[in-house]
Amino acid sequence: MSPRTLLLAASALVGASLAPAALAQNAPAGDFAVTGATVAIGDGSAPIPNGTVVVRGGKVVAAGANVAVPPGVRVIDGTGKWVTPGLVVAVTDLGLLDVGAVEESNDEYAEKAGFNAALDVSAAIDPDAAPVAVNRAGGVTRAAVAPVAANAIFAGQGAIVDLAADANPVQRPRAFQYVELGERGADLAGGSRVAAQAVLRNALREAADFDRRAGISRIGSGKPAPVGTGDDIPLDPRLAQTAQGRADDGLLTHFDAAALIPVVTGRQPLYVHVDRAADIRAVLALKKDFPALRLVLVGAAEGWRTAREIAAAGVPVLASAMTDLPGRFETQAATQSNVGRMMAAGVKVGLGGFYDNDQPRYAPQYAGNLVALTKMPGATGLTWGQALAAITSVPAEIIGEGARFGSLKPGLAGDVVIWDGDPLELASGPVEIYIDGILQSLVNHQTRLRDRYRHPHEGALPKAYE
Amino acid sequence: MAAHALAGLALALASASGMAKPKGDDGAAAPNENPFPSTYQPYPGEAVAIVGATVFDGAGRRIDNGTVLVSGGKVEAVGDAGLSVPASYRRIDGAGKFVTPGVIDIHSHLGVYPSPGVQANSDGNEATAPTTPEVWAEHSVWPQDPGFSRALVNGGVTALQILPGSANLMGGRSVVLKNVPSRTVQGMKFPGAPYGLKMACGENPKRVYGSKGTMPSTRMGNFAVDRQIWIKAAEYKKKRDAGKLESRDLGMETLADVLAGKILVQNHCYRADEMALVIDMAKEAGYKVTAFHHAVEAYKIADLLKANGICSAIWADWWGFKMEAFDGIPENAAILQDAGACVVIHSDDEYGIQRLNQEAAKAQGDGRRIGIQIPDAQVVSWFTLNPARALGIDAMTGSLAPGKMGDVVLWNGNPLSVYSRPEKVWVDGALLYDAADRTRRPVSDFELGLPGEGDVK
Repeated sequence: MSPRTLLLAASALVGASLAPAALAQNAPAGDFAVTGATVAIGDGSAPIPNGTVVVRGGKVVAAGANVAVPPGVRVIDGTGKWVTPGLVVAVTDLGLLDVGAVEESNDEYAEKAGFNAALDVSAAIDPDAAPVAVNRAGGVTRAAVAPVAANAIFAGQGAIVDLAADANPVQRPRAFQYVELGERGADLAGGSRVAAQAVLRNALREAADFDRRAGISRIGSGKPAPVGTGDDIPLDPRLAQTAQGRADDGLLTHFDAAALIPVVTGRQPLYVHVDRAADIRAVLALKKDFPALRLVLVGAAEGWRTAREIAAAGVPVLASAMTDLPGRFETQAATQSNVGRMMAAGVKVGLGGFYDNDQPRYAPQYAGNLVALTKMPGATGLTWGQALAAITSVPAEIIGEGARFGSLKPGLAGDVVIWDGDPLELASGPVEIYIDGILQSLVNHQTRLRDRYRHPHEGALPKAYE
Repeated sequence: MAAHALAGLALALASASGMAKPKGDDGAAAPNENPFPSTYQPYPGEAVAIVGATVFDGAGRRIDNGTVLVSGGKVEAVGDAGLSVPASYRRIDGAGKFVTPGVIDIHSHLGVYPSPGVQANSDGNEATAPTTPEVWAEHSVWPQDPGFSRALVNGGVTALQILPGSANLMGGRSVVLKNVPSRTVQGMKFPGAPYGLKMACGENPKRVYGSKGTMPSTRMGNFAVDRQIWIKAAEYKKKRDAGKLESRDLGMETLADVLAGKILVQNHCYRADEMALVIDMAKEAGYKVTAFHHAVEAYKIADLLKANGICSAIWADWWGFKMEAFDGIPENAAILQDAGACVVIHSDDEYGIQRLNQEAAKAQGDGRRIGIQIPDAQVVSWFTLNPARALGIDAMTGSLAPGKMGDVVLWNGNPLSVYSRPEKVWVDGALLYDAADRTRRPVSDFELGLPGEGDVK
């Protein structure tokens, strides 16, 4: 959110009947302090009792114990409360659908599309979709939104978004390419992993060849095209004007081949969904032939079996926390200890993969479950600090945004959630949420229904009048 | 619901299960009402005393520094620190720990949609006709589904109802199982538990059959098909009662037994307006709905559900994944409880069944935030005694009452905390899971010799 939209958002909130009272105070938007709360920085450290968080100009200024509140800053009494950075989820379909099973409302996948790698979710993300508001009310402030592969192994290009109640959700379009290389990829490639590997390798080769002929990756080198949502948004190579031809045996459309140039040249990360150990090894081996690839593993249910190799390759992982069943043969060795074991081996692991009914607002529960494992004989869990980091700073780092948000370190975005208890505990919930220092509305379809039906019987008039 | 009536029914079935075939008026053998009888026998267990734990008895009572005695496979006594412990009992220090009855899931597809979820194992929906009351879920249950073991060790689940899926208006008979590993489904069947009939309203049946160009393709079609078959069932029952049946019909037998009150109706239904219509349809046809499952809009008609004695079997906070789930709210359970209606937390999911306790705790917190305070001990009943009642097995399990089955979970902390897990689980007094003892951790045949065998899960 730019400073200008930030102000617009603030005024819109004030204008609405649901405006939080705090905003009516005579203090600059984006400036506040929370005092007397248990403060969790989100960087892996333990929570700090009786701490203070100061946000000014939409950014964190200070957080921790013995922090002084500057004069003129609105003070929120955090006694009995917990404060964390906003939750960061990667990857998810948030903003791409209203109701998952209502196909006409669902832009996750495009099984009949003529393109695949070229698909770019950023133009379809709807900040007004009800799931955005519901998950925001659960403490989620940032997300990496990914398309779902439906007509090819390539799902297309994902975007980094914020969940602020404003008109500018997309912070970074075309942030990554997403590809399926496990059972799903095999199916999409024509029926086998053999085919999926061939499709992937051919696509990268075609992209590299196209780049060599047309010089697309050199266009505007180091000088991104001006865009309205950020200062380092990558150029969209699909739109490059070039008269240069491509090889005669190309299988990819021009648009798809151009979209893969940033991948093969290492300017855009490639998120690869695989689960079984052998598939993970096959993905890591891609670097031998395509050394510039910047890989991120998604899923990796059997990652613990290849943890040392993943760590050695320096490849981060977005893993599902709770997978412990052989739901598919490729998740045969799934265990809830997967995340803990990978971390213990030195892999950077964030919780990831929140789709459809497995919604981002569940991230704290999953993180808490990983803490629970520390008490179970034979299991490998996370410390509380690690668990919170796995849903805040670590996914932020993995999606390339660690310098912008994900923890309460000074200089990062003022994404702050105030909870009524330990945020990983089941009975806790957010009471106030700030994004870029702006207080967010927690009202949504569910809370309106809740208020209407708190007492279910009808009164003097039908419920429709309440 | 008239809980005691259901309990009586369960006992009647229990006593009927082993009896000789009744003879009809004409001297011909009447149908065997129990052709696939349970062969489950409790496994050996020693007499134990759990001492010093916080006890939630499942019926709403909390005992701090409590004592639980289990012997002969049964709950023997539950009390405070004053309860004397026989010297011969193995004493388990429960300080800092919690005891609940075994967790019960009223809505599971373990075994019929097992892991791995490959087509070859997909046996949960006989989606070839909109009403298939003739199919029995127990004929699809694969006892080697690894999901049973996860439900035991992570969820403390000791009993569960396996239902057919919801593609059909009438999906078939359910089966209630003890969560014990077995070579056969008969070795898991809960002795004396009544059968259920899985029914479904709403989107699923009309989508499945509408897409085939057959009835039902609309909600009015759903009701028309249901009402027509209930009319037939009433005629069948009338003939059966008069001893005038010329031939048996498996589907009609199930429906006639519903009308006779022997089989409980477990009705998948999301929307409030549809539940209200189903209640009237049931009255018209002469049966009772025991529980609405997936009742995400139950809160809108909490008064109606209470008045009709119908339980709502619900998720804590699933929302929005399909149109009929769009009005789900996380305060559903709390508003129902506040209105005095029956709440059951269910899973419908091989992962959710591993943490029904956690789901209940989330619903408790969502209630608290709107001013509905529900004590922990009552929240525990949402996944213990209440599902037992809605399954008609509450005379046998579901609470820590003396004489009930020794289905007991020792948790390493408050089960309503995310940081707690089962430490020991007993089924009929037999220790079938012990976190500290690898020999008390079940491994299904399917997992043997494959990666991950015997790992913590």
